[in-house]
Amino acid sequence: MAVARRSIETKTVGKTLAHDSAPLHVQGSATYIDYMREPEGLVHVYPGFAKDGALGKIKTLDLSAVKSAPGVIAVFTAKDIPGLNDCAPVFGGDPILADGSIMFHGQVIFAVVADTREAARRAAKLAKIEIAAEKPAVTIEDALAAKTKDVGDPYQFLRRDPAKAIASAKNSVSESFRIGGQEHFYLEGQVSLAVPEEHGAVTVHCSTQHPSEVQHLVAHMLHVQASMVTVECRRMGGAFGGKESQAAQWACLAALAARLLGRLAKCRLDRDEDMMLTGKRHDFRVDYTAGFDGKGRVTGVDVDFLARCGYSADLSNAICDRTMFHADNAYFYPAARIATRRLRTNTVSNTAFRGFGGPQGMLFAERLMEVIASRTGQDPLDVRKANLYGVKGSVTPYGMKVEDNIAPEIIEELETSSDYRARRKKIARFNAKNAVLKKGISLTPVKFGISFTLTYLNQAGALVHVYTDGSVHLNHGGTEMGQGLYTKVAQVVAEEFGIAASDVRITATTTGKVPNTSATAASSGADLNGMAAKAAAGTIKNRLIALAAKQWKVPKSRIRFEGGKVLGGKHAIAFGDLAKQAHAARISLSSTGYYATPKIHWDRPKAKGRPFFYFAYGASCSEVTIDTLTGEMTVDRVDILHDVGRSLNPGLDIGQVEGGFVQGMGWLTTEELVFDEQGRLRTHAPSTYKIPCASDVPADFRVKLFESRGNKEDTIYRSKAVGEPPLMLGNSVWTAIFDAIASLKPGDIPKLDAPATPEAILRAVKEMQS
Amino acid sequence: MTTRASIRFLRRGRIVELSHVPPMRSVLDWLRLDERARGTKEGCNEGDCGACTVALGTLKNGKLVYEPVNACILLVGQLDGKELITVDDLADGETLHPVQQALVDTHGSQCGFCTPGFVMSLFTLYQQGGAPTRDEIATHIAGNLCRCTGYRPIIEAAQLSCSGKAADRWAKGAKEATRQLAALDDGADVFVGTPESFIARPAQAATLARLAAENPDATIVSGATDVGLWITKQMRQLPKIILTGGVKELHAVESGKDRVTLGAAATYAEATPALASIDADVAEVMRRLGSTQVRASGTVGGNIANGSPIGDMPPMLIALGATLTLRHGAVERSLPLENFSIAYGRQDRKPGELVWRIDVPKLRRNEAFRAYKISKRFDQDISAVMAGFKFTLDGRTISSARIAFGGMAATPKRGAATEAALQGVSLDQPASWATAIDSLAKDFQPISDMRASAAYRIDVAQGLLKKALMEVAGAANTRVLAHRKAVA
Repeated sequence: MAVARRSIETKTVGKTLAHDSAPLHVQGSATYIDYMREPEGLVHVYPGFAKDGALGKIKTLDLSAVKSAPGVIAVFTAKDIPGLNDCAPVFGGDPILADGSIMFHGQVIFAVVADTREAARRAAKLAKIEIAAEKPAVTIEDALAAKTKDVGDPYQFLRRDPAKAIASAKNSVSESFRIGGQEHFYLEGQVSLAVPEEHGAVTVHCSTQHPSEVQHLVAHMLHVQASMVTVECRRMGGAFGGKESQAAQWACLAALAARLLGRLAKCRLDRDEDMMLTGKRHDFRVDYTAGFDGKGRVTGVDVDFLARCGYSADLSNAICDRTMFHADNAYFYPAARIATRRLRTNTVSNTAFRGFGGPQGMLFAERLMEVIASRTGQDPLDVRKANLYGVKGSVTPYGMKVEDNIAPEIIEELETSSDYRARRKKIARFNAKNAVLKKGISLTPVKFGISFTLTYLNQAGALVHVYTDGSVHLNHGGTEMGQGLYTKVAQVVAEEFGIAASDVRITATTTGKVPNTSATAASSGADLNGMAAKAAAGTIKNRLIALAAKQWKVPKSRIRFEGGKVLGGKHAIAFGDLAKQAHAARISLSSTGYYATPKIHWDRPKAKGRPFFYFAYGASCSEVTIDTLTGEMTVDRVDILHDVGRSLNPGLDIGQVEGGFVQGMGWLTTEELVFDEQGRLRTHAPSTYKIPCASDVPADFRVKLFESRGNKEDTIYRSKAVGEPPLMLGNSVWTAIFDAIASLKPGDIPKLDAPATPEAILRAVKEMQS
Repeated sequence: MTTRASIRFLRRGRIVELSHVPPMRSVLDWLRLDERARGTKEGCNEGDCGACTVALGTLKNGKLVYEPVNACILLVGQLDGKELITVDDLADGETLHPVQQALVDTHGSQCGFCTPGFVMSLFTLYQQGGAPTRDEIATHIAGNLCRCTGYRPIIEAAQLSCSGKAADRWAKGAKEATRQLAALDDGADVFVGTPESFIARPAQAATLARLAAENPDATIVSGATDVGLWITKQMRQLPKIILTGGVKELHAVESGKDRVTLGAAATYAEATPALASIDADVAEVMRRLGSTQVRASGTVGGNIANGSPIGDMPPMLIALGATLTLRHGAVERSLPLENFSIAYGRQDRKPGELVWRIDVPKLRRNEAFRAYKISKRFDQDISAVMAGFKFTLDGRTISSARIAFGGMAATPKRGAATEAALQGVSLDQPASWATAIDSLAKDFQPISDMRASAAYRIDVAQGLLKKALMEVAGAANTRVLAHRKAVA
């Protein structure tokens, strides 16, 4: 892939700068919505739900004790909603307040408003609610048995005749395994603060990745035009997909109270309720058959992904599509049927989570590589290499040619730098010597498609003002959830104007400044908003160039913006002075900017097209030790090599890579969601739901950015998206555990599900031993 | 003996005196709603995520010690006589505190919401003045969850900033703070409220015992690491709260020749050195128990008193043969610890009676001890199964055994059939272990819950007994966590 790139000299872009809010973070002075100064008369809203019951008609709804509780101002039910009682993102079916019946345990039935949050929380518990409870469909098997109506139509990619390819293959395998869901566990819970404005308008400060959607849902709920609702978000205390569609309900409740009572209203969920009432990563059962030859090369794959979507569609259809787009990961399947069922269960509606269905598809691909290796007796890495795109084919099962494939290079480099082969031998010796402890190692690639697969979402807007003192005000449609988007976009604008990033004033995302935005999701934040901001700044810059060129009588091409100055020929002027001159010359110093991703198209009915602008790549190598008496596991060493193209900010990118890896590792190891038979989530607090803590991260953790020649596609400074792809670097931890268990009985396939908790590991160990 | 009708603590060099504080008021709510300080964050409201971590300065044997605590489950009454430091206080004008600066330099914050808690945890580590290892740092911040960074930069920030003697404003002002805290220690019995609704923090043992006996309906609180959740999660009304922490003699930890004696209000942190001297496994379980914040507040006595079937201390202490002493008014009585828990949620404790003291025998030369904590996550997790084993050896033969488990029954429980089957077992004949290992299934009928299934609990209990026997017999490489260096 030796494509010559125009070398781009940059001053600010590509530099490691601290997160713009870091000094505020460490002093506790960064403003999150719940920490904004509370104005006079603020009221608190809290949702109420039935203690028991997951599915059925609401038989009794006695709110008298709630209404008469100390501090209570009002209690709202579905009938109080002036407009549309639905906060679903796309397909409908998510009542803000349940009307007549509930479909999962914890579904919100009423909202209580009180003068303190504690009073509202206490009052919410006093409702007498009886549900004519029916047997809920809690698991995937329940949904299949009860034949619940799928939340979306089944969908599949089909290439050639996989059944025939598998039947005629030298070897085949047929099995089933489970992949668990994941709670986002953003540290800042869901929160919204609504401010009633004139003429029935409302401003909502909402911790959300999708201000425009919240705006529309609040407007529909209040039965007002979108222009009457402004949604603003300066920063979120973490989101990870959990504040894309899931922020709307609480924004709606706050806005409802603000509108009906004419007072400022805040709704913030307690952690336990946040975990019970908001959606999570989808869990799956994966049933598959695959054929492969004597060299471990896949000849055909037939896989069904059965997704637990919860009670409504939410974003499940796009998520399941992305599972299918990533069921190949970096591997070529000559014949394939890749299918999904979107099963409706009576559990909270599962939603977006970093990777958006991709991780589950890729975990299948990686398991398949391990399974093939255990059958052929090859090293799993050799099986992976034999199946990579580029070896036998380069077209995905959905008809997109992989044009930027650097997976082979990355794997080669990591194989060497991690000393994979020597360690593999050492591990074999360790395992031969030790009865209780067994080690495993695995090197897995990541290939992740970048773009919203719903093509029209791939657009963004920005707004840049230059003031007459040369200071710059930046606004764009992307939201800041900790990933450093604001910093990166500020770097882009600073680069354009030749000023320091610290001279770019970053302002809160608001639907009032940049309208009709897409969610900050799909790793697209910097790609889209960086380009839009560059366009906005570029427009102003061109006006300034024209002015300077005219004044100085030098060609436009010779005007440069550097070090806070504008230079041209013998002339030099402070950026601010030129801005002042422009203002005096009646030249606009404000501009919007807009960007739409080129090249992409997707024909879903035909399952053909180019849904992705490009792919982001990476690879990780993990070594683990398991205890065959208890199932306990430690991660001993991790090596990562990840591709971010030409990094906009290596410090921030490393943060995304490391954080993503650890989050992916948590998903596949300690993080387990447990629902009981009544459909109640039993792991609704950090005491029972265990995200990784500091000691879970290996001391030997070697993370490097791939020395890229830059994105092959013309992205913002040839960088690549980095939000989601690193999460799937965590897959190698799970496959290393698989490898350790497989060592107990070569040739047998460990019955390991995800997450690989001590219990899951011990169960798989015992099956190998029996 | 004096009585004081206010809570007094040191904050930003001044004495804060509160005489109208609701008994259940948490320090976090006091900070946010009363003082209006915005720095300290609420992440989980149950002492698990550490976002609300603040530092408490306490005089311990005359020495000023800074410890991190979870403000969300700390009652304002517990601040009495201490110094409260929050993230808002650290920077000196424009100059960040060394731990804050290090976190900026290492990209240790992303979304920033957990950051104030990390800052305060690292602040207390900084005050210790050493150069902690990576493992020690990880242990110190096990009670702080970060969902963004993956912790590497935070650990690096700790290594950068906590690398020697403390030299910040607090180090320089230690003398003055010590003087102020000593002046606050007036020996008074604190009682704030009315006879119907109060928070009391007696300084005198006799007052504590009398108050408890006179108010059998009061809630006795030591560290509030459990009771705090009754308030924040179960939203219970606890109108009468009696704190044990003000009684100095109840913090006493004595390590004698053949036993360790703990007062009921000794925190895990205070009790750890003495208990850890009994066996390395006790040290390792206590390292993993709760978090630094929980160990700074919570007490061994409270872990026993609340009677939970999944407490980490009781199985170890029962296996070691601990004796519990209770006090009602002026009357003390003692019983073997295993007899204290009668059934789920029921203990052999009369209303108004207090857990007063715990005596833990040290190991004799012919005794071998092992303890194991099984949980989904190693640090700061509640055990699915907790095991304590004590084998008395006659050469290479087990002459008697005491085994106790948590998480395997409705109470912490000994395994009688297993203990009997272990008698006479030879360490050198693994085949002879089978009966004992099988007996565990007779002794215990655990339940399935969100932490583990019944089947796993039995499997892992059997695996642990086998592991213990292998280790005592001399096997090496038996644990994924290699903290136990010396294997018998």
